[in-house]
Amino acid sequence: MITGRTREIVQLAMPWLAMALFLAIWEVVCVVFDLPEILLPRPSRVFEVFIQRIDILLAYCWDTLWTTVLGFLLAIAGGVMLGVLIGASPLVYAGLYPLLIAFNAVPKVAIVPILMIWIGVGPTPAVVTAFVISFFPIVVNVATGLATIEPEMIDVLYSLGASRFEILRKVGIPRAMPYLFASLKVAITLAFIGSVIAETVGGNRGIGFLMLSAGARNDAPTTFAGLFAIAIMGVAMYAVCALLEKRMTRWAFRGQLVS
Amino acid sequence: MTFVELKSVSLTYRLGKETTLALADGTMAIGKGEFVAVVGPSGCGKSTIMKLVTGLLPATSGEVVVAGQRVTRPIKGVGMAFQNPTLMPWRTTIDNVLLPMEIVEPHKRRFRRHRAEYVARAMALLKTVGLADFADKFPWQLSGGMQQRSNLCRALIHEPELLMLDEPFGALDAFTREELWGVMQALWLEKRFTGVLVTHDLREAVYLADTVYVMSRRPGRIVMSRHIDLPRPRTLASTFEPAFVDIVHELRDRIHQEHAA
Repeated sequence: MITGRTREIVQLAMPWLAMALFLAIWEVVCVVFDLPEILLPRPSRVFEVFIQRIDILLAYCWDTLWTTVLGFLLAIAGGVMLGVLIGASPLVYAGLYPLLIAFNAVPKVAIVPILMIWIGVGPTPAVVTAFVISFFPIVVNVATGLATIEPEMIDVLYSLGASRFEILRKVGIPRAMPYLFASLKVAITLAFIGSVIAETVGGNRGIGFLMLSAGARNDAPTTFAGLFAIAIMGVAMYAVCALLEKRMTRWAFRGQLVS
Repeated sequence: MTFVELKSVSLTYRLGKETTLALADGTMAIGKGEFVAVVGPSGCGKSTIMKLVTGLLPATSGEVVVAGQRVTRPIKGVGMAFQNPTLMPWRTTIDNVLLPMEIVEPHKRRFRRHRAEYVARAMALLKTVGLADFADKFPWQLSGGMQQRSNLCRALIHEPELLMLDEPFGALDAFTREELWGVMQALWLEKRFTGVLVTHDLREAVYLADTVYVMSRRPGRIVMSRHIDLPRPRTLASTFEPAFVDIVHELRDRIHQEHAA
């Protein structure tokens, strides 16, 4: 029988075990099939390069990180505002929703060249792409949170004499919070995709640019080191968002608290 | 003195091209401080009456008058409680109960500066329903019965003249439900608000109400009004006395006629 404490430790260790297993299999496959490094470098080789080129990796990570986070923060600000408008007003909803869907259907890679024509090469296209790509899930989630308030709750507030604005402030916004924080986890990973795409298509800095130029030199280990760096940043930011979610909307996790 | 009056009120719902007559020729007069119950077969438009009286729905024809004023839009300051307790999960019980104070004038203006006074008032009310120890708990930490008690407190904290109850005990187990009848009666005896209870539980209706209205099948029409002159406070034991049981049977027979028709 596994006791509660052991179970907890095993649960905490599981992600690390899974990752170690994944890397081990990768390593073994590379060795057994004698794969050329340019095709698939061994993870140990990637780590070696990772350490060797840590300076440039860190510098470019920083570029990618701040453009991503800036775009993400802008997406939160804009997404919450638009989400509240759409969720609170059926008219705005009817008007803007199809437009949003159309907007979201456009592949974001396609807009990077346009952005470069408008604002040139540099960190701005990365920020804008991160914003554009992470905006949509935030809008949709906030709007959903607002639109799914129980009708009885609205009746109670109306018959107390509350205005629409009061209903929005007292019920709508707090109720939309768990939806918002749930969307942040999705949005931050998308934001990384956005900024890396922009760096790859037309950047002169950042991990995307590093990977592209390493790829051009057939330097597969560096490309993979870049991939690892993005993955690490993505997981870290996801964890930050998940932690924020737990902190800010404790009540939405009631199941875990009561039991 | 009549506080709520419905004068041959009807309501038609329109959904696309289809129209449904939910209530036909509703006429009733509820005195100030009277507690009435509306019973009837399911889907007869009982809840429609709630929405009409509070002005959440405008009447298609006829007239609704509350406190001498014709109701044309949602009237303010009414207490409401539904089967679903609709407490806010991000607020503690006491903050949930205090909600009307943040909305209803004149409390709204005074609320911030006199918070302590209002908290004391809410605590007193929570105590009367036996929830004093749960004021700082969140609704999802309470049982269904406790949630419904908090819901009643929220509906009553601002001492509304009119309390509308839409099957508030419907989702509770039988023991909790009967216990809450007692709580409700005690609150009413103390505060003497005008109460309208919509229910399909005939014992509940007879236990709580001064007058029980029976509605017909859809389109709902009021087919019977029965004054309940049993002495108060009524007890659970009294619900098994012949006088009480006779009234319940009388109401049940009338409703069965509706089902047979």
